[in-house]
Amino acid sequence: MLVPVFGNAIAAEELMNPVAPAFKKSLADAALNSATRAGASYCDVRIGRYLNQFITTRNLNVENIVNTESSGVGVRVIANGAYGFASTNDMSPDGVANAARQAVAIARANARLQTEALQMAPVQGVGEVSWATPYTRDWRTVPIKEKADMLIAANKAGLDAGASFMESRLFQVNQQKYFASTDGSYIDQDIHRLWAPLTATAVDKATNKFRTRDSLAAPVGMGFEYFDARPEHKVQAAGGVTTLYTRSYDLIGDARAAGRQAREKLGAKSVEPGKYDLVLSPEHLFLTIHESVGHPTELDRVLGYEANYAGTSFASLDKWRTKKFKFGSERVNFIADKTTPGSLGAVGYDDEGVPAKRWDIIKDGILVNYQATRDQAHIIGEKESHGCSYADSWNSVQFQRMPNVSLAAGKKRLTPDEMVKDVKKGIYILGRGSYSIDQQRYNFQFGGQLYFEIRNGKITGPLEDVAYQSNTQEFWNACSAICDERDWRMGGSFFDGKGQPSQVSAVSHGSSTTRFNGVNVINTARKIG
Amino acid sequence: MKQLNQDEAKRICERVIGFSKADECRVLINGNRTGNIRYAQNSVSTAGLNENVQLTVSVAFGKRQGTASLNEFDDKSLEKAVRRAEDVARLAPENPEFLPAIGKQEFRASATFNQDTAAIDPEFRAEVASHSIVAGRKNKLVTAGFFVDTTGFETIANSNGVFGHQEFTNLSFTCTARTEDGRGSGWVTRAANDVRRFDAREASAVAIEKALRSVEAKALEPGRYTVILEPAATSEIIGRMFGAFDARQADEGRSFLSKKGGGNRLGEKLFDEQVNVWADPWDKDVPVRPWDSNSMLARERTDIIKNGKVASLDYSRYWAPAAGTAT
Repeated sequence: MLVPVFGNAIAAEELMNPVAPAFKKSLADAALNSATRAGASYCDVRIGRYLNQFITTRNLNVENIVNTESSGVGVRVIANGAYGFASTNDMSPDGVANAARQAVAIARANARLQTEALQMAPVQGVGEVSWATPYTRDWRTVPIKEKADMLIAANKAGLDAGASFMESRLFQVNQQKYFASTDGSYIDQDIHRLWAPLTATAVDKATNKFRTRDSLAAPVGMGFEYFDARPEHKVQAAGGVTTLYTRSYDLIGDARAAGRQAREKLGAKSVEPGKYDLVLSPEHLFLTIHESVGHPTELDRVLGYEANYAGTSFASLDKWRTKKFKFGSERVNFIADKTTPGSLGAVGYDDEGVPAKRWDIIKDGILVNYQATRDQAHIIGEKESHGCSYADSWNSVQFQRMPNVSLAAGKKRLTPDEMVKDVKKGIYILGRGSYSIDQQRYNFQFGGQLYFEIRNGKITGPLEDVAYQSNTQEFWNACSAICDERDWRMGGSFFDGKGQPSQVSAVSHGSSTTRFNGVNVINTARKIG
Repeated sequence: MKQLNQDEAKRICERVIGFSKADECRVLINGNRTGNIRYAQNSVSTAGLNENVQLTVSVAFGKRQGTASLNEFDDKSLEKAVRRAEDVARLAPENPEFLPAIGKQEFRASATFNQDTAAIDPEFRAEVASHSIVAGRKNKLVTAGFFVDTTGFETIANSNGVFGHQEFTNLSFTCTARTEDGRGSGWVTRAANDVRRFDAREASAVAIEKALRSVEAKALEPGRYTVILEPAATSEIIGRMFGAFDARQADEGRSFLSKKGGGNRLGEKLFDEQVNVWADPWDKDVPVRPWDSNSMLARERTDIIKNGKVASLDYSRYWAPAAGTAT
């Protein structure tokens, strides 16, 4: 199989040689000077070297191993009050200067359609600085054999435990990003991310049914030490129904559980539709947070800039302006941040050179803020950007992307087992499943990976065919209990899509196990009339 | 880097294959120049131009395979790409499902290139956005949209004599028009490889008309209704549906096309007899390349659903012999 890869494949030893900052600075200056001479009132330059390694396996076979590198320069300008962007992989002073001139020409062509000039929130130039993801074991130095052996061992464990088929993959990302702007910043960043998704499939040919169970682990912004599978990083789910993971992951152990649980799902009881109290683990809730809180509080959606693709938002400015819009119950607090160690969104600076920070989005249940970039901050009365600008490649233009958006832990001591004890008729849900949500991020439906029935304070057995339906405001106002910080951990989305041309970004969402009262549950296997 | 013509691309493929010391070598070259403009709130938000040419080399020693890619084309870089692919192949475990490169193929060219589309410039893109924005303002609507055009080529070759090169152009346009009070909304999509078949005014008018006519739309109760879908809606369903027409998934029991007790539902009548779906690389409205880029096999016109029956499934080169059928 000839697999097209987006970047240059390179030998492992070459991955370790970063481009010298002095070279990047000289290249950036060539673009900044060219843009300024061509009439730009503002210019930023992003010099990127994006390294990836992807390993895909199926059962006991390694299907593919690919090392990629992609390098180039993206230049964004403001000229005549409008944006222009051009990119090139010609990393010579002439090449980047030409890209800068093209960007200015594009800005001028667009300026005649601009109703009002762009207004950028000020950012203080920081001079020459650097930032790197903290890690103790660099994925680039881990032998390919060790990684392949780990994935195959995981697949074997799943097959031995009852799966008919196993698939596992390893995504490893290193973004070497250099940002420079006419504001006087030269920022060198070295960002690392990992994700090891797996799927166990169990088939019953006699009944023509099949069930899958995906990984319960999170993608992370850290090094290969994530796969150390340290005993102190394993936690038991409520009722001991499965093992969950915090700061390191036992891929093989999770695969073994996945194989067994996929087989068990074939015989699980089909859910009776109705109202249930839901107990949602962080491994599940992160996706509901992402879709129903993260996306609707993106300011570009709120303003209509994503109306033609990703959608708009029910969380409109008029609701926010009342300072009383009850997004959730009083125990619901959402914090946006780009700083949590180990998270996918953690950086030193965003792609507009704004330092990473934390801020409140929902405070005591009230919508208090959004996620903004430099050109949006003035719209919500902010004096500076939230630092939410991101581009997925040197040849993509940066725009507003979601920071980590997390549900704060409960303030009273409460464990998942204690939470279950108070539930008379409920369902405990773990893992991310299929979902659907409307273009305003309001009406939705979510499934999961594992479902367990709760009766009179006890987990009585597995369920299948479960999905819950609600709308965002009703759902978060039904939040009745949140476990304390001992249970708080992050899940995440490695390939969150948005924008035209479409770009991906990686973002984490933390929470503790959380309870929602009286949520409508449907049976997804039921046929309508 | 500039786009390559057939002679230039062929020369590069020959150099790459000549450098390889592996049992076999496969080459893929993709080039494209893509311009776009995005607008929202009746104003341009972003616009850009990207250009890239990329070489992908895949080699195999026995059943060990490695892949490398780069976007430099001097002799030293070409050899470097081959050596890197060979390094990866030597490190890779054997893949029991690996299949050797295919033999020489005959490709019948399809009309995927149009000179007028290749000539699109920033002014043209701004004009497309302008038609939509101005018409929206006249109707007191807010418009958001995206226009993108690509001019590119693809070249494939392998050490068994396969060679194909084809240039292409395409464009796509989507637009959403909304009433200021949010009660009405309309969307349109258009795609073409010949810009003469694209009319930004006509397309924008469709989105605008939908927005104006949907202001008084009523909520429907759930239930069974007769539904009429415009082509854009049907194509969304078709695109998602055929992702599940993989024969292996069906044979392994993990597809809606799996048969109870084993096997798949090829030949079964699953749809109304009016339903006919086929793939045709030479269709004058939607021409595509006459080869499959992964396998490098020549494409044929293929019925997928014929008079409501499942006429073909997607068999990989590995799975087809196992199932006793053609790829």
